[in-house]
Amino acid sequence: MSKLALRTFTLLQTVTSVGLSALAWAVTGVRPIWSGSQPSDRQRIYFANHTSHGDFILLSACLSEKERAITHAVAAAEYWGKSRLRRFIAEDMLSSVLIKRQWTSPEENPISIMLSVLDQGHSLIIFPEGTRNMSDELLPFRSGLYNLSMARPDVELIPCWIENMSRVLPKGQFLPVPLLCRVVFGPPVSVAPGEERRAFLERARAALLMLNPRPARED
Amino acid sequence: MRHEISVLIIGLFVVLTTASATAAVLSARAPKPLSPTLVNLTQRINAWWVMVALMTVAFFFGRYGMTILFALISFAALREFVTLTHSRRSDHWVLLGMFGIVIPFQYWLVWTAWYGLFVIFIPVYCFLLMPAITALHGDTERFLERVSAQQWAIMISVYCVSHVPALLTLNVPGFEGRNLLLIAFLIIVVQGSDVLQYIFGKLFGKHRFSPNVSPSKTWEGLIGGLVAASLLGALLSFITPFSPLQASAVAFVACTMGFLGGLVASAIKRDQGVKDWGHLIEGHGGMLDRTDSLVFAAPIFFHIVRYFWTV
Repeated sequence: MSKLALRTFTLLQTVTSVGLSALAWAVTGVRPIWSGSQPSDRQRIYFANHTSHGDFILLSACLSEKERAITHAVAAAEYWGKSRLRRFIAEDMLSSVLIKRQWTSPEENPISIMLSVLDQGHSLIIFPEGTRNMSDELLPFRSGLYNLSMARPDVELIPCWIENMSRVLPKGQFLPVPLLCRVVFGPPVSVAPGEERRAFLERARAALLMLNPRPARED
Repeated sequence: MRHEISVLIIGLFVVLTTASATAAVLSARAPKPLSPTLVNLTQRINAWWVMVALMTVAFFFGRYGMTILFALISFAALREFVTLTHSRRSDHWVLLGMFGIVIPFQYWLVWTAWYGLFVIFIPVYCFLLMPAITALHGDTERFLERVSAQQWAIMISVYCVSHVPALLTLNVPGFEGRNLLLIAFLIIVVQGSDVLQYIFGKLFGKHRFSPNVSPSKTWEGLIGGLVAASLLGALLSFITPFSPLQASAVAFVACTMGFLGGLVASAIKRDQGVKDWGHLIEGHGGMLDRTDSLVFAAPIFFHIVRYFWTV
């Protein structure tokens, strides 16, 4: 890429990220609640509940400008790679990392793609439920979180509960309803020595659920 | 009107400066670290500076400023209210309509002074059509709870709030072109009553008014605040079409409604298990925490003035 093209590219990403964060604030008044972890520019994997396309915009709006520049959301290539426009939005404007849910050749292996991003010193936002969740329950986690943590044990795993986004912009809707949202950042989780995959994923899921500030009322 | 506005601005400036100075002296003398009450007091006073500055700016833009300011207040209040209530995915279009259609349309009615539709658009048309839309979506789970919450949200946050700028549309003989002062009177008296109740409550409060609903409200705060606010009303009669006695009576009614508004808001918050509506205003909570009294006072004040003073 020429120097000018690269500059234009960086400018586009900066403008998009600042613009979207401002929009997220105007619509949802989003506030971070640091409950067990602190803002930091060390390398992290943020994992969150997933109900809406707006989720990662909200989460990154809670990070500092500096952290945002090196934090990439992991998104499904099946959806975001479908057309050139979607790919342009996902990769060029939002600098997300696209991975395939169904992959065949080794260079499509999601774990190695995510590891290569981590190896550049960058952070990731992942949604371990694997899809936008339409139910009221948090879905079981996919294995990615465990595999990443085993491969890069020094990268912090931070659970992030994104509140209300399922009501702001539910799956299948285009216009957001302005409702107040919070993102609760919890204490880091890590794989205990000898901990099994299933057990760890269940523990990580419980750690995320714990952060929900308004659990569904029993009535 | 210039003269009255100058007096009001200087008066507010003196009051706020005195408040800030008092808080500074109290904080300097108090043992460190400062008690939460004292920290909160300073935050509240600082927020008042910002709110008074914003109101003053809106004031100078007259009808434009007031209509836009209160439309934005409605937006912030409705957002807080709806966030707190239960809704389901099938409510998406009704909720969007409340923000995207009802708020702009209601304030357009205020702007064009179309009184006939202004008073019935929400209590008649929205009241009937919103549950109809919800029923058409076919999702009956917790139906009555959902539609009731939507009605309440829109009545409180949009309908009641819009009565403040609607004061500009009233035609009071001999008071032409000075209606902005009616808004100033209502806001100063009602918000002043909140502050006075807070001060009297903190200084003399002993007997709780309603421990189940709002433990911070006391009889001493209520009576002291209402009496002082009525006197404040009489003192401000020079900016109104009222005589001093009438002004204190109107202020008394508005502030009593304001007190009840705060009580109802507390009951809703308690029911929903939260302390504040939001975090928009440092030290105060959300928009509705600051405007709950105005919400209840505005429609009654509007209709008192309309019934007794307009032709």
